[in-house]
Amino acid sequence: MGLELYLDLLSQPCRAVYIFAKKIGVPFELRIVELLKGQHCSQEFIQVNPLRKVPVLKDGDFTLAESVAILLYLSRKYEAPDHWYPQDLQACARVDEYLAWQHTSLRRSCSMVLWQKMMLPQFLGERVPPEALAATMAELERCLQLLEDKFLKDDDFLAGPRISVADLVAITELMHPVSAGCSVFQTRPKLAAWQQRVEEEVGAGLFQEAHEVVLKARDLPPVDTAMKDQLKPLVEVLL
Amino acid sequence: MGLELYLDLLSQPCRAVYIFAKKIGVPFELRPVELLKGQHLQGFLPAGSPQVVPILKDGDFILHQSVAILIYLSCKYQAADHWYPADLQARARVHEYLGWHADFIRGTFGVSLWTQVLAPHIGAPVPEEKVTRNRAAVDSALQQLEEQVLGDKAFLAGPQLTLADLLALEELMQVVAMGRDVFAGRPRLAAWRGRVEAVLGADLCREAHGPILNVLAQAASKQLPQPPAEFRHWMLLRLSRIP
Repeated sequence: MGLELYLDLLSQPCRAVYIFAKKIGVPFELRIVELLKGQHCSQEFIQVNPLRKVPVLKDGDFTLAESVAILLYLSRKYEAPDHWYPQDLQACARVDEYLAWQHTSLRRSCSMVLWQKMMLPQFLGERVPPEALAATMAELERCLQLLEDKFLKDDDFLAGPRISVADLVAITELMHPVSAGCSVFQTRPKLAAWQQRVEEEVGAGLFQEAHEVVLKARDLPPVDTAMKDQLKPLVEVLL
Repeated sequence: MGLELYLDLLSQPCRAVYIFAKKIGVPFELRPVELLKGQHLQGFLPAGSPQVVPILKDGDFILHQSVAILIYLSCKYQAADHWYPADLQARARVHEYLGWHADFIRGTFGVSLWTQVLAPHIGAPVPEEKVTRNRAAVDSALQQLEEQVLGDKAFLAGPQLTLADLLALEELMQVVAMGRDVFAGRPRLAAWRGRVEAVLGADLCREAHGPILNVLAQAASKQLPQPPAEFRHWMLLRLSRIP
């Protein structure tokens, strides 16, 4: 059994891992875990990750969760070109800085937007109070401003002149609000230009492939009652 | 000018950076930044840096985010391998813990300083519902930490002390400082804490934990500084973001 990646492309961190693994040519077996069907709670998957989260990497006996850990592991094991996660002390620190910041800010904000603006009302039939959605959108704006001013600044990519795993993590996050119908890039030309550069580096085909699931999320039919109950704890967290 | 660290020991990530820098013998200049006086908003930090602590300044190079700072110091000053192991899988375990930490610990464990001390201090009490929700989140995280994350291991990312343990300890100490003994009734976590502090050393821990452990007493005897107007606004914004 070769390397396995357990992913649901609905999830931003899964998309970053998918794009990276494909881009640097990691030979892997894709194991789809559909969160909306509760597959992360199946007996089979709990054996793989008792914490019931995706993405998960399984490399022989070695099982690893958390997208940043997986990205860095793949980068080193498969000897990705240096720019993805540089050896240089300061260049690496810039990537680490972005990866650390995004987890408690942009990541959360982008998840909330997708769920509150689209998934909760449409998929779960849950009403989202307008004040809650307004606060969420304001927080997204704040994060986007920081992304532009403190990370991108005048560089071509988030951690400097070349693309790194930081850009993959960021772009996959931003596709969440985009999928919910937010015009993240139309009102921010600097970010729009960066997005173009990242897509070009990744390759339009791979980028589209990775985002097919989330871009179609708006077409998902409402979920049945049984699944609704199972997803209830998730709803509480997201409101 | 040598390396500078802009820190407030009331902040969990600042303590982790301080302890680490001291422990591995980094030659640095401490630049104290008093968050309660709003100094991070008043030009006490290097020009152009975000208004957060900790901040590292190494010549022209400015770095924020404690994880990035810890890794940078570890590599630049060639800390003993166990802190941030060179081994591929061992290092992956550190990052795996840090991912979980960002979701369940970071943010959550800092809330009680705000609800118990800072909010009342500026006359803006937090709704009981939020306090209850945070307490439940802390309990749930502690349970996961004890039973699943730490489990039977000596340290959070493996058999040896790493950066992960330092960041975790400081978050837990934040809650301890607010009067809740998170180690009571959690023997594995208590034993882990003992092991971590044994490596760090009692004196260094005492020094680093002093200010935060004193905050409740300072608040009770009305010794906390009055925040300036612009900082009050920032604090209210911060309070509104508590889930």
